[in-house]
Amino acid sequence: MTEQDKPTAPADTPAQPPAAPKPPWEEKPVTPVPQDAREHAQVREIAAAVPGAVIAAVEFAGQVTVTVDRERIVEVGRACKETLGYAFLVDLTAVDWQDRPEGRFDVVYWLHRHADSVRLRLKLQVGVDVEVASVTGVWKVADWMEREVFDMFGIYFGGHPNLERILTWEGFSGHPLRKDFPLEGIDTGAAVYPDVFPPGGGPVAGGEGE
Amino acid sequence: MGNLEALKPFPDSEEMEISFGPQHPATHGVLRVLLRLDGERIVDAKPVIGYLHRGTEKIFERETYNGTIPHTDRLDYTAAATNNQALVGVVEKIMGVTVPPRASAVRVLLAELQRIASHTIWLGTHALDIGAQSPFFYTFEEREKILDLFEEYCGARLTLNSMRVGGQPYDLPDGWTDRCRTFVDQFPARVAEWERLLTTNRIWKLRTVGVGVISAANAVEWGLTGPPLRGSGVKWDIRKVFPYDRYEQYDFEIPVGANGDTYDRYLVRMEEMRQSVRIIQQCLAKLPDGPVMAKVPKVIKPPKGEAYFSVESPKGELGFYVVSDGGAHPYRLHVRPACFINLQALPEMVRGLLVADLIAVIGTLDIVLGEIDR
Repeated sequence: MTEQDKPTAPADTPAQPPAAPKPPWEEKPVTPVPQDAREHAQVREIAAAVPGAVIAAVEFAGQVTVTVDRERIVEVGRACKETLGYAFLVDLTAVDWQDRPEGRFDVVYWLHRHADSVRLRLKLQVGVDVEVASVTGVWKVADWMEREVFDMFGIYFGGHPNLERILTWEGFSGHPLRKDFPLEGIDTGAAVYPDVFPPGGGPVAGGEGE
Repeated sequence: MGNLEALKPFPDSEEMEISFGPQHPATHGVLRVLLRLDGERIVDAKPVIGYLHRGTEKIFERETYNGTIPHTDRLDYTAAATNNQALVGVVEKIMGVTVPPRASAVRVLLAELQRIASHTIWLGTHALDIGAQSPFFYTFEEREKILDLFEEYCGARLTLNSMRVGGQPYDLPDGWTDRCRTFVDQFPARVAEWERLLTTNRIWKLRTVGVGVISAANAVEWGLTGPPLRGSGVKWDIRKVFPYDRYEQYDFEIPVGANGDTYDRYLVRMEEMRQSVRIIQQCLAKLPDGPVMAKVPKVIKPPKGEAYFSVESPKGELGFYVVSDGGAHPYRLHVRPACFINLQALPEMVRGLLVADLIAVIGTLDIVLGEIDR
């Protein structure tokens, strides 16, 4: 009897139960889709607390991003902290969109509210050489974060108590995380002691390095 | 000559300015603190960082998503597993991947072992800085055992590169769970031994009680996370607040301190080691079977968008913020380093203390310069 000749399952056997749904890790990933979040509770709160400051709101992967007016960031930040209870500024960073016409950089604030453990992302669109007001007066923790953004992207924070470079050194030229900064690095002018470290060689005899 | 210049006292006062570090063994790497001193007393302190800056975030932008994992090992190099966990977590979040239960369990095992390993280094070096030499040898003995377990799992002891987007690269080797169980079963006795050396030790208490106090409100204001925040009495742990890798299945406590001083942070971390042991024991007892890798594409290309994901690293909240343009390389991958933010509160904590206390406070913040400077 060949394989084809085998009788099919008799009709009286119970029908196979429908295959159990595959567990999610055997399926293709469920890609999150951005959704308009203007009606989201977190966004409405902000829109009510600072009328007119919200420009756009998107929800993606369960996280709400609110784009706000650049000039009103301190006002928005203070309202978020004092009225809405976002006491903890978790993170502050920037993203470089080199060729975007409406402003090259995004400055991104990531806030946390302890009462119900929700988080909120505020976003500003900033052009080159445009000053952003510092939020160090609202959240002390923003101090070093803003210094890092200044160092890495060259975004100025007006009213910052001590806006210096933090990860690179004073006198470093350029802002490494800008997209037009070469990946292989630049000549940093680190050869400030040519007598100790001559170009293309190690320390020389009699130099201070010995 | 430069050094003499720095020692010059202020013309109108007894204050002087000295540079503590960057080559000082008690700074745990290459931290430099510019101190203004009135005699032995600290008037002001200013941390100067960046000596270990390697441009990690720039390097991320040229790597594939899985290619960034080895770079995360080198952020907080005493806690590579939790760094890996945060990175793969953010990519899985933006892609919508669900990890198989066994992969989550392996991640939890590695992360909790890593937490113990990190805390043993902290205890050994912190006690050594303050002057208690012997705990250092005992703690490193235990850490070696953990590193042996890591080596058996992934071949590396320090820079583990032990997780992948979608799951784990390997299943646990034969007999690994037994050896892990043997380790965690004997470990609480070791913690008790160290506590006998330190907890009621008069010198230890003189050097830590009431030193580097930060109030709960101030700790939140300065964005502290991890044991420095819990030491001030704030019950906050990402594993409880935003559970990841199925942490909600495990039963564990979040230890908190009361006074926010160095001694309380010491107690918090000691208790955390015991809680990690509890998690590992539960995890080993109900280790699920099945695959360790989800179905993910060979080339990881997350959709256009942005996401943030954080884990409770041994030092605090370690987060990654990824911006994807739909390509195979991250458009931007930003690290939210726990140590960097925690170190920012150092001046607040040491003003008015003695130079010797500065060493205790640097130790209790448990900083790793690889993560601060990136």
